[in-house]
Amino acid sequence: MTDQPILELSGVNKSFGPVHVLHDVDLQVFPGQVTALVGDNGAGKSTLIKSITGIYPVDTGTFSFEGRPVSISGPKDAAALGIEVVYQDLALCDNLNIVQNMFLGRERKKMGLLDERTMEQLARDTLASLSVRTVKSVRQPVSSLSGGQRQTVAIAKAVLWNSKVVMLDEPTAALGVAQTAQVLDLVRRLAGQGLGVVLISHNMNDVLQVADRIAVMYLGRMAAVVPSKGTTREQLVELITSGQSGSLGLKRAEEATV
Amino acid sequence: MSVSAASSSDSSTLASTDFSSDSDRQTFATAASAYWSRLRSGELGAIPAILAIAVLVLVFGTARPDSFMSVRNLGNLLQQAAPIMVISMAVAFVLLLGEIDLAAGFTAGVTAAVLATKLRASWSLPKTLLLCAVVALALGLWTGFLVARVGIPSFVVTLANFLSFQGILLLITKEGGTIGITNKTVNSIEGGNLRPLLSWIALGLGVAGFALTQIIRQRNSHGTIPLSVVLAKIVGLAVIGALFVQVLSSNRAFEGAKRKLQGVPYAAPLVIILMLILTFVLTRTAYGRHLYAVGGNQEAARRAGINVIRIRMSAFVICGFLAGVGGIFLASRSNSVDPQTGGNKTLLLAVGAAVIGGTSLFGGKGRMLNSLLGGLVLALIENGLPLIGKAKPLGFKEIDFSQSGVAFIVTGLVLLLAASVDALSRKRTG
Repeated sequence: MTDQPILELSGVNKSFGPVHVLHDVDLQVFPGQVTALVGDNGAGKSTLIKSITGIYPVDTGTFSFEGRPVSISGPKDAAALGIEVVYQDLALCDNLNIVQNMFLGRERKKMGLLDERTMEQLARDTLASLSVRTVKSVRQPVSSLSGGQRQTVAIAKAVLWNSKVVMLDEPTAALGVAQTAQVLDLVRRLAGQGLGVVLISHNMNDVLQVADRIAVMYLGRMAAVVPSKGTTREQLVELITSGQSGSLGLKRAEEATV
Repeated sequence: MSVSAASSSDSSTLASTDFSSDSDRQTFATAASAYWSRLRSGELGAIPAILAIAVLVLVFGTARPDSFMSVRNLGNLLQQAAPIMVISMAVAFVLLLGEIDLAAGFTAGVTAAVLATKLRASWSLPKTLLLCAVVALALGLWTGFLVARVGIPSFVVTLANFLSFQGILLLITKEGGTIGITNKTVNSIEGGNLRPLLSWIALGLGVAGFALTQIIRQRNSHGTIPLSVVLAKIVGLAVIGALFVQVLSSNRAFEGAKRKLQGVPYAAPLVIILMLILTFVLTRTAYGRHLYAVGGNQEAARRAGINVIRIRMSAFVICGFLAGVGGIFLASRSNSVDPQTGGNKTLLLAVGAAVIGGTSLFGGKGRMLNSLLGGLVLALIENGLPLIGKAKPLGFKEIDFSQSGVAFIVTGLVLLLAASVDALSRKRTG
């Protein structure tokens, strides 16, 4: 366990017009750990992620990255810090192959032209370092890949850029059993490489299986952050649905103001 | 697995990864079977167009060996196809984005009219061409602005432009006049021929260049592209090219003509060079890569940091410019410009050529070569049907194939066939 969080948010508030979506949210992401972010629909998970990546500017609250205070005012700022997001709908181009997708928008060039050899090699090395072994060729078009393979490519794409924090939005939502296991394996390996991993998921089994810490959101508040060891499925479900479970979670008085 | 194992620190995990297709040596047989399985999975590429060319040549060739298979007709065919091919490449740029430019034909027409009027007003050729380029670019920019910035669907914008550009063309040609072109350089684009010696030199350079790029690619592939396949491609190109040059090098002037008519028409190398330049832009530059990305998944491209608006706008600008180049080919072909230059079925043939060649109407898929092959298919139909004339096919009663109605119907059906292949293969590759 590292003591210093790589990414730390405190007191984040965000409103869309009259709707107060995030209430004083605190979140810490540690390097080498998987921090799961769970919560019911509308709890504010996606908004929080989008705030971190600069898609939604926050109203109040502070961010610090590797101990330094930072301001993130756009996706470019987040990318420059080394924060990458793997979206639920993947954001891959079906008509391009794996290499082309992994380097999309950040192509390596030699004398102004695409440096295909270097890109191909780097793509293969990155996949190999993540022990991805199901891909036959990095020149395969993405349209020919299975859901799990696509997810793998999307994650590898995020890793390629020496990113320090990778946020995964429901990476296993559309996958079968075997593919889910593969992707969760990959999530663990990301943390094993020292990255700070944020995993958004609805699947309690996945969360309990791979996460080190679980942050539960309830109606725009951070209800509790619990270690996954010693936490039961029932406790989690209770936290998600009512914001509290025994001594864990939001206090009653606080809940009343929600 | 040779290179990647050496360059990575962790070779134990590498050994277990399986990029078999990237590392295993391929032979001619395995490459052929891989190609076959790609075809079966719906990646037809240019195969339908090549088959169509073979079938059409076979049918017309056996029906009218005297006229269709004549040397004169071969030269004519290439010149007939050239303008459609160029405008088709123009349209392909926006098709790659899943957009359409219905006004590309009249962009060509307006540019041709500017060319003709300014040449008649005794402007110098370079100055005229410069103005033509500006006009074509401006028309493309206008369309691109409305589609990418304002956000009007390209179908609507270019349908409106179809009318307005036609209006501009009518005004320039003074409501129906025909403007002749006497400039020799312009007229020789579609009328002149490379001398036989130069034709052979051009072919040699072309084959050598192709061989060089193919061999470099083979060297870089770590044996995943078999040398035998590369050699087969090079030899194939050389043989087909030599056949064309050989046939076209014989004199095809009418008997009693004062001057010899021999050599490859200028139009052929010009179109091929244009195709190579555009292919280079599409496949070797980041711009080309981004164009395909926007055509494949606009949202993914946007998230990857690509300026989608700029890419879409630029595609229409390039389309306009290339359509203008096509307009100069059109003007050169008839040595004149009239209110119908670039009108009638020009645009439909151009879009058809791209689609028949294998460029997808849904965006993200297509090559410049497709436009050339598809253009050849359509030119063959236009060229061959009238030569067949009256015939009784398969015991039906006599049909006059030289009627333009028949040509329209056949062209329409071929286009429909190509579009269905596109739609079905898209279903298959999912």
